[in-house]
Amino acid sequence: MSATMTSTSAATYRPRVSDQDWRRIATWGGLCALFLILVSLIGMPVGLDRRILIHPVLSLGYLSLLWIPLVLGYVVSKHVVLEGMAAPEPGARDLVTGLVTGAIGGVGLAVLLLGIDNFNIRDPLVNWSPQLLSLLTYERGLGFGAVACIAICAFLGLVGSSIHVVPATVRRVMSFAAYGLLLFSVLESAISDLSEGFRLEWLTDIMFAKRGGLTLISSVVLALLLGALSVVFGGRVKSATTRYRELEGLERQRASTILFVVVAALCIVLPLFLGTIMNELLANVGLFLLLALGLNIVVGLAGILDLGYVAFFAVGGYTTAVLTSADSPFFAPELHFGITLVIVVVIAGITGLVIGAPVIRMRGDYLAIVTLGFGEIIRLLFMSDWLKPYFGGAQGITNVPGVDLGFATIKGTDPRSVFYLVLVFCALAIYISWRLQVSRLGRAWMAIREDEQVAEAMGINTVNTKLLAFVVGAILASFSGAILVAKVGSVFPNSFMILVSIIILVVVIVGGMGNILGVIVGSFVLIGVLGGPRQPGLLQEFQTFKLLIYGALLVFMMLKRPEGLVPSARRSQELHQEEFLQDVWLKGEDHEAEEASEHAAETGPGGDEPPT
Amino acid sequence: MSHLLEIRNLKITFGGLDALSGLDFHVDEGEIVSVIGPNGAGKTTFFNAITGMVEPADGDIIFEGDSIRGLEPHQVTGLGIARTFQNVRLFPNMTVLENIMVAQHCRTSQLVFGALLQTRAFKREEEEIRARAENVLGFFGSRLIGYRLEQPAFVLSYANRRRLEIARAMATQPRLLLLDEPVAGMNPMETAELTQLIGKLRTEWGFTIVMIEHDMRVVRDVSDRVVVLDHGIPIAHGSYDEVSTNPDVIEAYLGRPAERHA
Repeated sequence: MSATMTSTSAATYRPRVSDQDWRRIATWGGLCALFLILVSLIGMPVGLDRRILIHPVLSLGYLSLLWIPLVLGYVVSKHVVLEGMAAPEPGARDLVTGLVTGAIGGVGLAVLLLGIDNFNIRDPLVNWSPQLLSLLTYERGLGFGAVACIAICAFLGLVGSSIHVVPATVRRVMSFAAYGLLLFSVLESAISDLSEGFRLEWLTDIMFAKRGGLTLISSVVLALLLGALSVVFGGRVKSATTRYRELEGLERQRASTILFVVVAALCIVLPLFLGTIMNELLANVGLFLLLALGLNIVVGLAGILDLGYVAFFAVGGYTTAVLTSADSPFFAPELHFGITLVIVVVIAGITGLVIGAPVIRMRGDYLAIVTLGFGEIIRLLFMSDWLKPYFGGAQGITNVPGVDLGFATIKGTDPRSVFYLVLVFCALAIYISWRLQVSRLGRAWMAIREDEQVAEAMGINTVNTKLLAFVVGAILASFSGAILVAKVGSVFPNSFMILVSIIILVVVIVGGMGNILGVIVGSFVLIGVLGGPRQPGLLQEFQTFKLLIYGALLVFMMLKRPEGLVPSARRSQELHQEEFLQDVWLKGEDHEAEEASEHAAETGPGGDEPPT
Repeated sequence: MSHLLEIRNLKITFGGLDALSGLDFHVDEGEIVSVIGPNGAGKTTFFNAITGMVEPADGDIIFEGDSIRGLEPHQVTGLGIARTFQNVRLFPNMTVLENIMVAQHCRTSQLVFGALLQTRAFKREEEEIRARAENVLGFFGSRLIGYRLEQPAFVLSYANRRRLEIARAMATQPRLLLLDEPVAGMNPMETAELTQLIGKLRTEWGFTIVMIEHDMRVVRDVSDRVVVLDHGIPIAHGSYDEVSTNPDVIEAYLGRPAERHA
């Protein structure tokens, strides 16, 4: 079988340029046009135009359109190579495919321009505006604009399709340079903040233009530099990670320790060089990371889809506010944060039990709906007039003091201190997740996720075990709530909208369910770059489009990469079972052969009777 | 001496259908008893009833002298009854080793704090769990150990999945093992091997075994007694030879013999 495979998979042929799948091109070209028009009409180009990425030429607004023909050009010219079938050689034909697809998209955009110029339907479509027209025509008249749109889109489609055609090294250099430039321009505020801390302002002054964005020259230099870097370092990172994975025993332990020390040192030292805004951002990321780690235990490990996770966040927050604030309406013991924390753990645990006990016996969708309900109930209770004498209703509880450590006070006005506090708790949460994952309890959670009925038949008390997952998750969320309240200095029911639950869930899913590293990456990417439900991220301009992007990202991830950004090995095996099975089969062949020969030797020439 | 497992007048109904109606059954310590019968005879329901997965409408199930009727499945497993499933139900995305380790849940006790503080008791227990798991897997020769330990269960071949399921049931440290069609789908060589192993389960591991099986050669080779079910009623009972010649049994399997034409 393997012999036939190797003989046929190498076969390729050179298709003629005119040999196009026109239907496919029309579909993808139409999609391209649709996407371009949609993005234009929801106001992204105009809304994001102020954020400049590369000084005179590229703003985030333009980028919101330009990536579309590029990516679709790439997708449309990609061929699925079937095992044992002759594959077309990438070449001129694919370039034409990409070019035409991009051009069709451009035509769509040009039609939109014509429409905007001739009709006025601003009434329902707010963004059917002259601003959009002038933006897309570069303020040079309709004719020029239309031609430019088609030409640019066609060119980008061509570039997208050329990714398949150019040799691998060129591809790597180009993508390295492109991603690098994007990263540098998106992270501009972070970089300039950092450079201020290190007294390197002169460097950023050269790199970035006054109005924001990389200057043209510096972007060219950067691109060259990054391209060169990719040649030097290409493949090294990958081989280093595989080497790390293959390490065993003591060596692995040593490597892990070194890695841990480096990361810990970075986490401790870096904030000292960061300004207020960046520290605030990191603190927010940490708060959501803490929540996401808790939810990861509930959803990722035990498989309980909890959509009302914000309830525990709220309980943690309100408990802290009541116990520490002098303005707590009914009961104000004004305890120290440390003592409060102990009580928070107890109360969150009890809430977890109380909410969990009725919910946990349900399965799947029912459970999700009921938890969704409980999440809202908790918020509405805190909001209600009935409990207003105790929790202040919609006015909430204000005047919550910071955390008094004796030598310093952790307050929201000093985000760096808050970050350190969050860091401690995140480290704790990571430790808890990690240890539990590889314990008797973690295995039981996984078994329940896999098949609850069988888990029970194998002697696991599923109700208690699931409740425990609920309680551990609740406690981690309550920590986050407690820190949030101490940081902000007040607590309102509106901080605990259903949206928080959803966003944490998206963080967990996009990052990679059941994987600690994935959750960390997920919170940095989503909360750090896009922003939380109320907290702005690095791309503050996205504030208006945040939920749209969250939604689009979720749909895309579910379709194309359900294992998340950083998948756990297990999860990706599970979701790509077929490929994995194939690998195992190929690798396992030698093992099987050995085994078979052993077996034959054992059973002897008769072969009928197995060994006794 | 009292029986290890005794079932009296067991009755199970699904809606109006009597899946089991008035079943009496017993197993003694160290026996291997086969339950056979045509499709839909109620064999698997019988296992489900013993393990607490379905609630009997009437009758009693007595294990080691105490009634276990109405207990939760995990409690039944805790008392020492373990089962396999007809349509193999492993934890497919857990590794082979984890599948066995998790089955020892009811024999171990460490919870959150042991794991977080890495207490000595926790570490010792983890080591014991692992050692026992490897011991159990070693029962199947080299088939489930070595590089296989870290593979997810879903990559295993069909026969290995069946073996792993038996291993998982063994890992719960039962006294009574319920095997639901252990050799279904195996080739003749694998069947012969597993038949031997079922014998060893009794002699080396000391399990008492109740087995549902359609492969009559296996039934003949390993069982001390055979119980035949049809439509939820035991229709025959005895040694293999007695049962296999019983006209009622032949009728249940093959139908009434046609009138012979001249």
